[in-house]
Amino acid sequence: MAKITVNFEKCKGCALCTTACPKKIVELQKEKRNRKGYFTAVCIDDSQCIGCAMCATMCPDCAITVEK
Amino acid sequence: MAVVFEKPKALADITFHYCPGCTHGIIHRLVAEVIDEMGIEGETIGVCPVGCSVMAYDYFNCDMIEAAHGRAPAVATGVKRTNPDKFVFTYQGDGDLAAIGTAETVHAATRGENIVVIFVNNTTYGMTGGQMAPTTLPGQITQTTPYGRDPELAGYPVRVCEMLATLSGTALAQRVAVNSVPHIREAKKAIKKAFENQRDKKGFSIVEVLSTCPTNWGLSPVDALKRLEDEMIPYYPLGVYKDTNAFPPKEAE
Amino acid sequence: MERNLMKGNEALAEAAIRAGCKCFFGYPITPQTEISAYLAKRFRQAGGVFLQAESEIAAINMVLGAASTGVRAMTSSSSPGISLKSEGISYIAGSDLPCVIINVQRGGPGLGGIQPSQADYWQATKALGHGDFQLLVFAPSSVQEMVDTVTKAFDLADEYRMPAMILADGLLGQMMEPVTFPEISAKQIDKPWAANGHGNKREHNIINSLFLQPDVLEKSVRDRFERYAEIKEKHAEAELYMTDDAEVVVTAYGATARVAKSAVNMAREQGIKAGLIRPVTLWPFPVKQINEGSKNAHTLLCVEMSMGQMIDDVKLAINCSKPVEFLGRTGGVIPKPSEVFEEIKRLAGGAK
Repeated sequence: MAKITVNFEKCKGCALCTTACPKKIVELQKEKRNRKGYFTAVCIDDSQCIGCAMCATMCPDCAITVEK
Repeated sequence: MAVVFEKPKALADITFHYCPGCTHGIIHRLVAEVIDEMGIEGETIGVCPVGCSVMAYDYFNCDMIEAAHGRAPAVATGVKRTNPDKFVFTYQGDGDLAAIGTAETVHAATRGENIVVIFVNNTTYGMTGGQMAPTTLPGQITQTTPYGRDPELAGYPVRVCEMLATLSGTALAQRVAVNSVPHIREAKKAIKKAFENQRDKKGFSIVEVLSTCPTNWGLSPVDALKRLEDEMIPYYPLGVYKDTNAFPPKEAE
Repeated sequence: MERNLMKGNEALAEAAIRAGCKCFFGYPITPQTEISAYLAKRFRQAGGVFLQAESEIAAINMVLGAASTGVRAMTSSSSPGISLKSEGISYIAGSDLPCVIINVQRGGPGLGGIQPSQADYWQATKALGHGDFQLLVFAPSSVQEMVDTVTKAFDLADEYRMPAMILADGLLGQMMEPVTFPEISAKQIDKPWAANGHGNKREHNIINSLFLQPDVLEKSVRDRFERYAEIKEKHAEAELYMTDDAEVVVTAYGATARVAKSAVNMAREQGIKAGLIRPVTLWPFPVKQINEGSKNAHTLLCVEMSMGQMIDDVKLAINCSKPVEFLGRTGGVIPKPSEVFEEIKRLAGGAK
């Protein structure tokens, strides 16, 4: 049981986290822009998250918190 | 569930001004993580450069000093010599460290100043809009090398770790990168080793971090990671160029 | 009290240690190198940091670093080296840091010469780097006065959080005179702004001169100028010599004032009512004292080892209400008392 939380306002939608996820479950959502105008990263399937924190390690904006 | 990864305490809870995908943020975080792990925030003084990371003084929660362009190693020397028990680090880009500040860098190293230098090499002047840096690769197009860097006209890139490794005062010269999770983990170990060197009074430690500048390279953040891997690492090989812990200096000093 | 025969440069260095200076960063240049050499030796005994930097630029930035942590820091140089330091001095002023900078002036421009000069007056008082800022500028005229000025320079620099300069010249730096070092109790000024590690006891301190918002930058400069206004009010100093009835008043500072004083004495022996105003602080400029000392004068004579730099401030001080004549030697030539006397005599309309 693990999960990531993306800080909606800190995320700049750079997508670096999407390259790091071994489960390929981190993507940029295309529905809602944050105040800076970015589509932010989300986990599309919490059930598959293993809490490896690779996405957070790759994030240049400290926008991802990981719990396990 | 317990939190297994979050923003380190030594970083302020504010959004960086860096462009999306700029890896400065990763490097900031690694330095802050090391400060947290060693429990030294209250005894650390950071020195910022002029360049994209000029406002790093707002991001690190330790005491901070803003230096003139290229002068951070001299400022850090003044801090460390008068406060030998404190931890002092500089955070500098390639123009700052390897062009305008070359003399300050080389002499801080050769004196064996007991400081940590975090050197961010992204092969361009980011803050001023993407001009040629001392580390710009041959053929690389920038604002001031619109036809690509021609070594006949603009000279060759400076390989900083290789150069500083020749100096007796250098304790650690290591090049790392932040374009993948394994590289980031290696980078953190190097930064930690540099701070531990300072704690153990080993002398000058520089960690060169190959970094990206998606905006001025004209690439998406993800493509920029790829350029780092495919073009920068072959020219600037990763690795330890000098480590007096592993290879004690031959000459008696 | 102990009385020593000392060279000006060495006396300055000893005085700095007694004023609580904890570090010196410098680069060799004639005619001030004795300051470095003396401190390299003495700091080992007295407890302090001496470091020969790779350049003047590095030296002033080391001063910036040390001063940022709240310790008393000093550097010294001579004219061409001060030009190199000007970048760092601007940053020090913009970061509201205290320090002491010594300029033992030599002839210029360019590499110039190594003989005494006062051609850096404009640089010291008007434009020691880019941006709106001032330094405290002191102009001692004897070895003893150099000693006494060092403590004052450190104290005022700390009090007002700004750089202070002692503007000497090759003559004062190289000459030997008897000096006594008074018991000094350097002021202990609290520095809660210092970046010396917050120890988890306070918010982090930032030493910085960057303000990207124009209104914020304007405010920081205006705040500094409020402090400057207070300094102008409280700390302008000049020595007035025989000015009460003087009809020809000489203005001169530093080593040149000694020459001028001899000339005034020669004039008085001939019955000429001459006097001398010697600015002790060049910034703030002693405007009141210039007006007070020249109230009975019909003519002022500014004597400098330059082509005429302080003369502008003398004219401004009296609003050009009287003629201000000029006598200067430059390039390392020191004016003779007889030259100055002849000029006083001419301006007074001949011997009485």
